[in-house]
Amino acid sequence: MQQTPLQNGQSIDWKAQVYEVLKDFDVKHAAYVPDAGHATAIERFNADEAVHSVVLTTEEEGIGYLAGAWLGGERGVLLLQSSGVGNCINTLALQVCARFPLLMVVTMRGDWAEFNQWQNPMGQATEAALNLMGVRTWRAEKAEEVEGLLRGAATMAFEGDQACAVLLSQQLIGKKLWNQVQ
Amino acid sequence: MTFPLLNRREAVAELLIDRGDLIVTTGLGSPSYDVMAAGDHDRNYYLWAAMGSAATVGLGLAMSRPQDPVLVVTGDGEMLMGMGALATIAVQAPKNLTIAVLDNGHYGETGMQRSHAGHGIGLEKVAQSVNFDWTARITDLAGVCDLRARVHAKNALSFAAITIDVTEEDRVLPSRDGVYIKNRVRAALGQQVF
Repeated sequence: MQQTPLQNGQSIDWKAQVYEVLKDFDVKHAAYVPDAGHATAIERFNADEAVHSVVLTTEEEGIGYLAGAWLGGERGVLLLQSSGVGNCINTLALQVCARFPLLMVVTMRGDWAEFNQWQNPMGQATEAALNLMGVRTWRAEKAEEVEGLLRGAATMAFEGDQACAVLLSQQLIGKKLWNQVQ
Repeated sequence: MTFPLLNRREAVAELLIDRGDLIVTTGLGSPSYDVMAAGDHDRNYYLWAAMGSAATVGLGLAMSRPQDPVLVVTGDGEMLMGMGALATIAVQAPKNLTIAVLDNGHYGETGMQRSHAGHGIGLEKVAQSVNFDWTARITDLAGVCDLRARVHAKNALSFAAITIDVTEEDRVLPSRDGVYIKNRVRAALGQQVF
C-alpha cells in the first residue's frame, strides 16, 4: 500500500520523495495539520533535527509562520489536507501582498473514491479556490509524477517568490478503508 | 480606588525604548499605528490584513532568528482570531518571543464594538493555560518597563495583556507596500533581497 508498483518491478516511494525533495530545497520548517497521506513526511521531519516541525491547530497559522520564517531567512513548507485549504483563504492575502515564497503540499479528499460525502464540497473546490487567491497548482495522479511536480513547484516558490501548491490526488494516495482501523 | 488606564501610545513607546536588535511584528489596525508612532524601523514588520497572523509571523521570526528578541504587538481582537496559535506557539516555546496584546476590550478599527476580552475573557489566562513560560496582566507603566526587560532577556516565552484605555489616537500609517516592508526587514537582517 505504501508503494506503487511499476512495470519493471521496481517501485516509487513517493511519500519518502516528498520529504527528500523538500530537503533538497533546504526546507528548514515543516508546518502541518496531520493527514494520513502526509504521515511519512511528517514522521521524517519530526525525526530531523535540522528541521523545525510545527504542528498547527488550523492551517492558516502555517501561512503566517512561514512568512515569519522567510523574513528571518529560512524556507519552509505547509503540509495540509484539501479541507484545510478552505481555512487558508483570507490569510493567503499575506502571500499576495508580501510576495514571499509559499509552498503547499495538499493531500486531496473528495475527488476520487470518497466515502465521506462531507469531504466533497471543499475537496472539489480546492484547486479553484487556490487559483482564485493566486496560488499556482499542479495535480499528481501517479507516483512517478510527484517528484517532478514538487521540484517544479519548489523552484517557482523559492526562486520566484510565488505561491505554489502540489495536489496529491486520492488516486495517488489510495482509497481510504473505512471498515478497519488504520 | 481606581487608577487611570494606560494610554496605548505611551505604553508602546515605553516598550520600544532602547530596542537594539529587537524585531517587531504588528497586528493590523491600531497596534501597527502605535508601533509606527513610536518610530519607523527597518526591523518592523507591519501587517495590514491576514487577521490573526501577527503571533504566527512572530513565531516564524523567533524560530528562524533565535539570536534576536522578537516582539509581537497586537490588539485583543486580532489575538482572539488567532487564539489557537497560542497553543501552536507554546508547543515550540521559543525563549526569544514575547507577545504583547494591547487590550482595550474593543474592536477599535470598526467602531468600538466590545470584544470577547471586553466581555471578561482574560487572554493572559489563555496563554497561561497553554503553558507559556511567563504571563501577566499589565496595568501601569512600571509593568511595561518590566516587560521590556523580559523581551530583551530572551529567557522565556512570554505573554502580556496590557490594559489600555479606549481613546482613539491619530492614525500614523506605516507603508502598505508589503513587498517593500518585507525586503526592508530581510535587508536589515542580512538576508538577500529578491
